[in-house]
Amino acid sequence: MQLRIDPDRVAGARRLAATIVDPVEAFIETHSTVAVERAALRLLGMNGAAEDGVPHANRFVDDLPSEVLAQGAVRALGALVAETGHSPATLAERGLLPSSIACGAVPEAAARAVLKPYVEEALNRIDARRAERAAFLARLPQLPPPLLYVIVASGDIYEDRTAAVAAAEAGAQIIAVIRSTGQSLLDFVPEGATTEGFGGTYATQANFAIMREALDTVSERLGRYVMLTNYASGLCMPEIAALAALERLDMLLNDSMYGILFRDINMKRTFVDQHFSRMLNARSGIVINTGEDNYLTTADAVEQAPAVLASQFINEEFAHRAGLPDAQIGLGDAYEIDPDLEDGFLYAVAQAQLARQLFPDAPLKYMPPTKHMTGDIFKGHLIDALFNLTSVMTKQTIHLCGMPTEAIHTPFLGDRALSLENARYVMTTARHFGDEIELRPDGIVERRAQEVLRGSHELLERVAKRGLMASIETGFFADVRRSPDGGRGFDGVFERDARYWNPFEDALSP
Amino acid sequence: MSRYVKPYGDTLDDGKVQLSFTLPMDWSEAADEAARRLVVAMGFGDVTVAEGRSIASGFSFFVVYASTPASVDLAALAAPAARVATLTMEQIDALIRESVRRKIRVAGACIGTDAHTVGIDAILNMKGYRGDYGLERYKEFETFNLGSQVSIERLVEFVKEERIDAILVSQVVTQKGSDVQNFTALGELLEAEGLRDRVLLIAGGPRMTNLLANELGYDAGFGRGTLPSEVAAFIATRSAERRTVRQ
Repeated sequence: MQLRIDPDRVAGARRLAATIVDPVEAFIETHSTVAVERAALRLLGMNGAAEDGVPHANRFVDDLPSEVLAQGAVRALGALVAETGHSPATLAERGLLPSSIACGAVPEAAARAVLKPYVEEALNRIDARRAERAAFLARLPQLPPPLLYVIVASGDIYEDRTAAVAAAEAGAQIIAVIRSTGQSLLDFVPEGATTEGFGGTYATQANFAIMREALDTVSERLGRYVMLTNYASGLCMPEIAALAALERLDMLLNDSMYGILFRDINMKRTFVDQHFSRMLNARSGIVINTGEDNYLTTADAVEQAPAVLASQFINEEFAHRAGLPDAQIGLGDAYEIDPDLEDGFLYAVAQAQLARQLFPDAPLKYMPPTKHMTGDIFKGHLIDALFNLTSVMTKQTIHLCGMPTEAIHTPFLGDRALSLENARYVMTTARHFGDEIELRPDGIVERRAQEVLRGSHELLERVAKRGLMASIETGFFADVRRSPDGGRGFDGVFERDARYWNPFEDALSP
Repeated sequence: MSRYVKPYGDTLDDGKVQLSFTLPMDWSEAADEAARRLVVAMGFGDVTVAEGRSIASGFSFFVVYASTPASVDLAALAAPAARVATLTMEQIDALIRESVRRKIRVAGACIGTDAHTVGIDAILNMKGYRGDYGLERYKEFETFNLGSQVSIERLVEFVKEERIDAILVSQVVTQKGSDVQNFTALGELLEAEGLRDRVLLIAGGPRMTNLLANELGYDAGFGRGTLPSEVAAFIATRSAERRTVRQ
């Protein structure tokens, strides 16, 4: 199946995305955030939390006066390590803070030199985890895409583990542990194995490790590698990216604008955080999943299609600037068209195929219907079947399986099994259907795709003219207005001093 | 007069129901029998295990048909819906203009940590839901959509500052009763601030019922499938009544 689309318009859209991203990148280069600094400290070994639950990295960053923080938290850590001779981990365990020890004048070169082995060790660990994944995938290859992705969300990591193993046995190739509601708004990463969450389970390093170990075991048993996903978007994007790299997660939800629009996180904070977290994702081989589906759950899918495509172009451009190759950019879309709309299925195919052709090397992530799912599980199962068909026809890569019980409860173990069965059936029986189809020139599907591309181009033109931040301020995306200095986490954004130093940025910058 | 009903399969009063569930055991014929006995123990008769199979190691899935001896007396049911007479947008605007004589200020929010704004957006946004316009489109409503993850304190502060007449709060996440706690806490805080009697307090969400909302001390509750005009009609009618009482 192939749509005829205007290559000049596509190239034009990409040029516009670059124009849109340029000034934001200039801002990113001259700023940092408390979350970026904490991520760097964590990579240097400052993981874990004190007995009161406050993570060591938070306590350290909060201890720094703003003029010191402006030079980078790592610089202060280097001085402390040089002065005391302790490792970053030991400093954290003993609760030694910059304010409690007079470091005198540790020369800059000494501060840098003393951390060099820790920086190298962190990068080596990330690279080793990446190599481990590559070895797993070579020895235990995945089934062909669409890769079936399911969510576990009991709130208890041990129940999640049971559910994840059962789902893998039922055919799941990717397991996402959905976070506890509200974690995206916490300005710290909780610690330890957790058994209580609301609508999901806390993302913690310990929880990552528990799930990774269980999935490695089941991967060996099934003879195919089962991937693990979590969520970075929020106030701790860089730290989650660091922990995910260390615990060999395979994918992370990481959107350049989701937090701004849908969680009221400050835009400057988000832009800076997404850049650093994506540089880490690039190095660790983690595939990002972007969140365009959110435009569709809050508004009409037919109307919002151009906005989805515009966001995909912007997400792609931000990702490229952070050094992510196309193979690691899982751009999002969703099957959310009103089931009562005549030819709605054709529109869904048009849009999914358009994304496939515009981003040929991206592992596109296709999200299931949620907005039009009711308590009628029978109808829901049927809508999911057509979603599955669209996905296999248009060769989507990451396929989030829809649940018949969507809109009722977080999935039961049996719901996941039914959903995976539905996807396996449809994708097997229609495996090469898309290859057999020649689209009617200027038919409904092709016209729809062209209309979406045209609309997206126009949107990008308007955003480029006004600027991205100003566009968000005036409610351009998803009808949500956010001010550049409003929203959560703005107080954690700061301008860099001329002497700012972050060794990971130096190592990871593309 | 009593009128009993029970489920209908293909004959009146056959009591036929379908059940499906997962058991934490590997599938075997013994597992089918376990499923059958479980359904018998639930009080059902004529139990047929139509399907039983393994869905993962240690788990099996069943589809069961059975008959229930239970029935319900319709005469004993209270009519719980908050819906008032069906009114069009024009009729609602006219009712407010004539009986309330000023615009009604409505604030909507997803409270607590809930991030699911689909419901509140469907009711408030201009576009509405299923071809039924949202409250923003009405001439006589002044609407404020505060979005998701709004703390109860912030909402009450807003209600006070903006002199809000009707509050729409929604919650989707129902895990471990977090929704009920949040709904209750909001009612209590409004009470403590002396605002409760001045506002219409309305709860929404896919699992919400008017009965539950009343138990929580709310004026009304709206569940899945609610159209914006139903909520609008309730607010307009109730506000008009209040106005009349005060005069």
